[in-house]
Amino acid sequence: MRRNKAASVGALVLSLALTSAACGGGTSGGSNEQPKTLTYWASNQGASIEVDKKVLQPELDKFEKETGIKVKLEVVPWSDLLNRIMTASTTGRGPDVLNIGNTWSASLQAGGALMPWDDAAFQKIGGKDKFVESALGSTGAEGKPPAAVPLYSMAYALYYNKKLFKEAGISKPPATWDELVSTGKKLTKDGKAGLGVEGSNLSNNIHQVFVLGKQHGVDFFTPDGKADFTSDGAVAAVKQYVDLMATHKIVPRGNAEYEQNQSLSDFATDKTAMVLWQTAAATFAAKGMSEDEWGVAPAPVQSGAPGQGKGTNSMVAGINLAVFKNTKNSEGAMKFVEFMSSDGEQKILNKAYGSIPPVKTAQQDPAFNGPGIATLRETLTTSAAALPQVPEESQFETVVGTAVKELFAEAAAGRPVTDQLVRAKLDKAQQQMPKK
Amino acid sequence: MTTTASPEAGERTARTDRPGAQAPRAPRFGRLRRIGLPYLLLLPALLLELLVHLVPMATGIAVSFKELTQFYLRDWINSPWAALENYRVALDFDAPVGQALLSSFATTCLFTALSVALCWVLGVSAAIFLQESFRGRGILRTLFLVPYALPVYAAVITWSFMFQRDNGLINHVLHDQLGLADTPPFWLIGENSFVALLVVSVWKGWPFAFLIVTAGLQNIPRDLYEAAALDGAGIPQQIRRITLPSLRPVNQVLVLVLFLWTFNDFNTPFVLFGNAAPESANLISLHIYQSSFQTWNFGLGSAMSVLLLLFLLAVTSAYLLFTSRGRQAGDA
Repeated sequence: MRRNKAASVGALVLSLALTSAACGGGTSGGSNEQPKTLTYWASNQGASIEVDKKVLQPELDKFEKETGIKVKLEVVPWSDLLNRIMTASTTGRGPDVLNIGNTWSASLQAGGALMPWDDAAFQKIGGKDKFVESALGSTGAEGKPPAAVPLYSMAYALYYNKKLFKEAGISKPPATWDELVSTGKKLTKDGKAGLGVEGSNLSNNIHQVFVLGKQHGVDFFTPDGKADFTSDGAVAAVKQYVDLMATHKIVPRGNAEYEQNQSLSDFATDKTAMVLWQTAAATFAAKGMSEDEWGVAPAPVQSGAPGQGKGTNSMVAGINLAVFKNTKNSEGAMKFVEFMSSDGEQKILNKAYGSIPPVKTAQQDPAFNGPGIATLRETLTTSAAALPQVPEESQFETVVGTAVKELFAEAAAGRPVTDQLVRAKLDKAQQQMPKK
Repeated sequence: MTTTASPEAGERTARTDRPGAQAPRAPRFGRLRRIGLPYLLLLPALLLELLVHLVPMATGIAVSFKELTQFYLRDWINSPWAALENYRVALDFDAPVGQALLSSFATTCLFTALSVALCWVLGVSAAIFLQESFRGRGILRTLFLVPYALPVYAAVITWSFMFQRDNGLINHVLHDQLGLADTPPFWLIGENSFVALLVVSVWKGWPFAFLIVTAGLQNIPRDLYEAAALDGAGIPQQIRRITLPSLRPVNQVLVLVLFLWTFNDFNTPFVLFGNAAPESANLISLHIYQSSFQTWNFGLGSAMSVLLLLFLLAVTSAYLLFTSRGRQAGDA
């Protein structure tokens, strides 16, 4: 009898515990309940997650020493980051501070899970003015308080393999697309390729066709934020990019299935002579290339002279730092953002990752004036444009990125890539966008 | 002793002396407790089942009637109701979203039919082949079960390396060594991706069929075969007349489980092709993932999931009804 009683009590307690667990939910809004700890989700910036931990941990220890706040670091791979952020948004349980790809700013801003950076918030970390204007352009929709602050800035450039250039007797890197094609043809021989692409990498496809779109005078969104993928300029931009494989054949067909930076491996092993890439120095070093084995030049433009408008030759690439609205340590989170965007940390971290500080004063450091990085800095300040800051940016990357991937697959199969086909794929992509 | 015993005795007397109400209630309460106890003990399991299975399902169904896009992520419970709008979009086969869903559904049906059939044929053949005891049978049995024992991610990632066009093992054998193709074919993009997906799915799925059929074969009495052999039945006839009919109940469950697992398989295409599967290998589970996680439209994704659930429920009930009737008729 006593045993039965114990069993009943046990069953009741367990049931109650289960019910209460099921009813539990997240809190809403930030607080200062846990002032001594912070959780930080960092994106994978280095050659591997281990490298990132080695770069970041000493800085986090420094922060703990200064403020007494312990930062729990998790480096989240890019393939998981967006899903993790979305899950955290819905459950209200997530990190206190997190890195986001700067192109997601407007999309995540619309979800409302990130703390808006109004003037008062900026004042706490040293004012909005300390950041470079172009980097601030990729922090959220225009007219709204930014969803994040810039942390690392990056730009696209043309990287070339000096050994292969020398073998082909080419003295200077191409500055226009025509030159790129003719140079590429000279380099494409004996199993070597002129140019490498990542045909199955949706984000990279978007970055490339966005810039080409700018050069054809179009955006993929109308000024009021509606998808506009099928304009003549957009069709021409996408076709021009895919034609590097389909028509000019300076990109090997196998590149159509590349999505894990295989083109950079090919570059480092002297199989590919050129790649259009963002801030690749650290990756090349990790793949065993020394700095004098590769060169860097501004990415090509139709006219040969990069600038604004049709002279755009890069997106404003970069990583932003955001504070999760549901943080339990909002004071600490602000302190951490202030710390990460301070001159000292900006110099250390951007040097480690081969990126450029979006903080004006840190950018003046001579380390960011070397021959490789100066090209990127110049591009960022004079000829880079921010991807459309619209809530649907993430969907745009998916549907148009997939369209470009499918077109590369067509080209790789040896089928012609016509204007009609490009338009049809872009039309299908546009119809998959949410209706407004 | 007497001093300690007397109060107890007194108490007992006092209890029995109380008016009638107490006495009849005690057995009723006891009976209630006796009947109630099993239910009480079941309660945690029931609540756990609710928590783990039914609540998420019910939430999913509720979400399918909501306009849950990126704008309502944070406060998703209060996102606006969309009535049947998500279902209308998913089932509008003249528009791209509906068309894509339909084409993905057709691909999945074809893929499932082929994969289940191949898994079953391979599994049954191997099990029958290994029914007779011979030297090395244990090793072969173990070897055959390896794909089933491997973690899915590790196994499928290895396949994705093998299927790479320029550096993969498959093309190295097909093109470089055997010279079967003029140019190395693509396996992870374009039309061939269907074949690649099927190969991996069958490789991963047939050991399960093998395992279940091997277990089923143990229950067939040996004397049936001996009697049949005496009557002059050859091996093919023995298989047709004895083995397959005896395996019927096992096969009934096996085919159903293989069908459900294959139709719903997400891991294989996701690990093999990443976020954007080629059209020819765009299985429905991956398509639903894309329609919700990639485009941040969880209402639409849930509506598609509910439609998938209804389809699978309908197929399963029809299958069970059909096969049980057939079995009853067979038994009679």
